[in-house]
Amino acid sequence: MTLDAAPLDPTDRRIVQATQAGLPLVPEPYAKIAATLGLSEAQVIARLAAMQQRGVIRRIAVAPNHYALGMTANGMSVWDVADDRISDLGARIGALPFVTHCYWRPRALPQWSYNLFAMLHGESRAEVEAKRAEVSAILGDACRDHDILYSTRILKKTGLRLRDD
Amino acid sequence: MTRPARTVLPPDTLDATDRAILNALQDAFSLTPRPFDDAGAALGITGADLIARLARLRDIGAITRFGPFFDAAAMGGAFCLCAMAVPPDRFDAVMTQVNAHPEVAHNYERTHALNMWFVLATATPDGIDRTARAIEHETGLRVMLFPKLEEYFIGFRVQA
Repeated sequence: MTLDAAPLDPTDRRIVQATQAGLPLVPEPYAKIAATLGLSEAQVIARLAAMQQRGVIRRIAVAPNHYALGMTANGMSVWDVADDRISDLGARIGALPFVTHCYWRPRALPQWSYNLFAMLHGESRAEVEAKRAEVSAILGDACRDHDILYSTRILKKTGLRLRDD
Repeated sequence: MTRPARTVLPPDTLDATDRAILNALQDAFSLTPRPFDDAGAALGITGADLIARLARLRDIGAITRFGPFFDAAAMGGAFCLCAMAVPPDRFDAVMTQVNAHPEVAHNYERTHALNMWFVLATATPDGIDRTARAIEHETGLRVMLFPKLEEYFIGFRVQA
């Protein structure tokens, strides 16, 4: 994670705004973006590559809709993992196929002792619980305590949007 | 991004090629002039077929989008997961106060004493603390901050 990255220059910003809703589904998508912005295709490709290099773009990929694909149960599993083992174990948990997000976060003692967060998806709560047991087995004695928080309501959901300023 | 429809697609909606596309296109996509041709070749289909299938997957809601994923922190902004313990009899009023902040990108009710979990996305790192303090001031409730220290990402796989 880059913490001191330079903000985007105006041209990068226009490219972000032109692509944040998605890439055009045409044979030459970068040429199409370039034409919209008055740039060359090579400029768009070079700037996208540079943004990927700097970590501004994490990846260019599909965003699956878990719910539509049958993954209707999801739980935020949380784990109290020994600090000296969390990087190694976090990477192993993040690599499991049913884990979509996996983060090391600070504890908030005394109310909150968990430092590893892993979002688990399944077709039912029973399936999510079985996956939680798999995670538990991998963490073994490095994990002191754990819990899972199921979402009961989506209260708000908007994508990340750069303001047009 | 609109809120994804809470509808499950019938099990036979996707064929093996669609599933292979979902799995293959979660990691990388080339920055070449004809990237769909390149990605299609790796899957044994033409670029035109890949484009048509992606458009269909998007139209039926199997994917919410296809394109770059941006990192707010690397753009000079910040993301932070936050949680509050909201008294049940005040839940909807507090939800309205919290959601009124444009910095609140997602908000979920969850099964725990910490029953409201939301993500703040702000243009600058200072904005996280400022927004959290504003919410505390408005609600009289503590906002706990859980910034990420490290991320472990691989992604989601559908059964092929």
